[in-house]
Amino acid sequence: MGRRGGEAFRIHVSDGALADLRMRLERTRWTTAGTGTHWSAGTDPQYLRALVDHWRLGFDWRAREAELNALDHRKADVGGARLHFVHVRGGGIPLLLLHGWPDSFFRFHKVLEPLAAAFDLVIPSLPGFAFTGHVRRPSAEPPNRFNARLIWRLMTEVLGYPRFAIAGGDGGSVIAQILAMEHPEAVFGLHLTDIGWHALAADPATGSRAERKFLQAARKQQMADGAYALVQMAQPRTLAAALADSPVGLASWIVDRFHAWSDCGGDLDRSFSKDDLLTNIMIYWVTETIGSSVGSYHAEARAPSLTTADRVEVPVAMALFPKEPGGIPPRSLAERTLNVQRWTEMPRGGHFGALEQPALYAQDVLEFFRPLQGESRRAAPEARGEAAMSGRAGDVG
Amino acid sequence: MSVEPFEITIPDRTLADLRERLAYARFDPDGGAASDWSAGVSPRYLRDLVEYWRTSYDWRRREAALNDLPQFRARLRTSFGASNVHFIHVRGRGERPLPLVLTHGFPDSFLRFAKLIPLLTDPQAHGGAAEDAFDVVVPSLPGYAFSDRWQGQGGIFHVGDLWHRLMTELGYRAYGAHGGDWGSTVTEQLGRSHADAVVGIHMTDVPFWHAFQPPHDATPAEARYLADNQQFIVREGAYAAIQGTRPQTLADSLNDSPAGLCAWLVEKFQRWSDCGDFVERRFSKDELLDNVMLYWVTETIASSFDPYFDLTHAGALRWIAEKAKEVAGSSKVPAGFTLFPKDLSHPPEEWAHRFYNVKRWREMSRGGHFAALEEPELLAAELRTFFRPLRPPGRASASA
Repeated sequence: MGRRGGEAFRIHVSDGALADLRMRLERTRWTTAGTGTHWSAGTDPQYLRALVDHWRLGFDWRAREAELNALDHRKADVGGARLHFVHVRGGGIPLLLLHGWPDSFFRFHKVLEPLAAAFDLVIPSLPGFAFTGHVRRPSAEPPNRFNARLIWRLMTEVLGYPRFAIAGGDGGSVIAQILAMEHPEAVFGLHLTDIGWHALAADPATGSRAERKFLQAARKQQMADGAYALVQMAQPRTLAAALADSPVGLASWIVDRFHAWSDCGGDLDRSFSKDDLLTNIMIYWVTETIGSSVGSYHAEARAPSLTTADRVEVPVAMALFPKEPGGIPPRSLAERTLNVQRWTEMPRGGHFGALEQPALYAQDVLEFFRPLQGESRRAAPEARGEAAMSGRAGDVG
Repeated sequence: MSVEPFEITIPDRTLADLRERLAYARFDPDGGAASDWSAGVSPRYLRDLVEYWRTSYDWRRREAALNDLPQFRARLRTSFGASNVHFIHVRGRGERPLPLVLTHGFPDSFLRFAKLIPLLTDPQAHGGAAEDAFDVVVPSLPGYAFSDRWQGQGGIFHVGDLWHRLMTELGYRAYGAHGGDWGSTVTEQLGRSHADAVVGIHMTDVPFWHAFQPPHDATPAEARYLADNQQFIVREGAYAAIQGTRPQTLADSLNDSPAGLCAWLVEKFQRWSDCGDFVERRFSKDELLDNVMLYWVTETIASSFDPYFDLTHAGALRWIAEKAKEVAGSSKVPAGFTLFPKDLSHPPEEWAHRFYNVKRWREMSRGGHFAALEEPELLAAELRTFFRPLRPPGRASASA
């Protein structure tokens, strides 16, 4: 177990790594586009060139690094891993924010301020991601079960929070659900932006017409644009051999997802500044974690962490953004696996709600957890002491 | 048509640039030194191969050896526009060599047939009979190696027309065709669209897209085959899915990282060959890298994905839906199949009878997807036997 609260950590990328990156970008061997362009065959070549031009000439990593370092970054030894997390002591009840792929803790940078008004925020870099980096996993254990165990220990042993709330999406939604199932007494509730990919494996034949329609559409969507996941499940090391070596290739692989999954109407600049996209890409590049991040797809495919038989009983809020890949599921489908207490269909936004529509996202999180505000005195921050250790912490490890 | 002799000459600066990229290759640290291939390329094997590439592989020597093969570029006009096609052309040693066009696939190249060519053109020197000699033509598919990229959807189904044009211009009025992978699709098209000229077609697989329209009367063996195909798509089909839907996204990295390109291509040689998990039991490092080099120096990885993209999109799928039924039972050109146990799919013979006039069906006891490289003698013997009764009695090969 690490020291209580973890140790202070600052992001510092060496000059050598930045010079190496600049050299690679300047030497990019561009592909010639085929018949399918403007995103129909993958990342739009013109957009990619503009992005890389900005990367080389306009993007100021040192300035972004300084902005990131304005946050309280910590590292803590947990179960053999060295977890990186951002800690924002707002003084309210603790809220764990969980990112997914291909984003990072940076997913939440626009909502820290509004949420810190009501919560103590903990934003870990998942094992295999960003400054947590590669983590050796027990090979047979479903990866998100393992991730959930580490994060449980982070919250309880390192930070001393006996009870906390969780918000997240993508892989973060899955980990949040596992934590809620394994520690229902400790988790106030979940605020999720998707129901989790495992829930899409529901048998369409047993559902309502709306569920059937949604599940079939989701499957069609996976056929049309799910190849990235197939590759990451089947041969992540082959893919990573290229993405770890080519910054342009890495950028293309990641921005293709931001384009496909956001409410950008075909124009990425409408939803994300190039600086924000590049900051997220840099977090993958400088930590050399594209391989470990996609490796979890391979492990999940062999040992799924959740199935449609799993069910979350703590209260759940669903904040649904219309451009989530596959669209907004029928509430009845969510209710098969989640105890849905709040259902908000957002007017705009996509998979990266916290980055795309930070005001809508933060508002929804605040409203859902508002009734819990009275809990804050019990939960944090003064509860950070030996007495607050959860009795179930000994279950793990 | 104009035909120009062609030699491979890669500029020094391309080689210098490659050497530098290999020197600063950043390997994914996640795999560490793992030697297994269970999650894609073996990290340890990739490091070893890249190190060999950088320090020991001698492109100029390999280039000279490749240039021992007589190569040409032809400018051909078809209803789809003009296109430059790179091809190897070796005349046979014998009385009446039968012209034979050999078509490769992905992730290989004309090199797929490098070992087969001498066995076919000069059988007498390789334990065969002079009357089994072939005149061999090995074109590079559009968008591969030194052939032009073909801008037009559904292209792979029209490559046969391009080949027929090429063979006709070379003075061949009657010829045979052989191929595997995309090469079997092209070979089938040749047989169907140019039955007057094509004396026989020989393939190492039944083109996979026939399974897109499963029959209502599948035999138990066919049902098993179709189910196995589905399994293959789930287990191994990711490369085809990404190459068919987001080829540009993938090519952005592979065209920029030689180590990444090497991993993407060599992984298939390991998985699809009869190598017992040890790729070098079947291919030397030099052979693997020659093939990788053909993609790297020509910057054709993006265009090599075109057949996948075309097949996934409107043109080809409509073509399959409208035309596939015409295929069934309609092809009178004699067809021969030689199947290798480690190839990607294992159709029963009756499946082939639905689409072809099957005259020969043989299942080998060893070899894989790259049979022409893995088991050239077996394949050469099969081609000699299959085409022997199909050789025209008169003079088949006019001198060009």
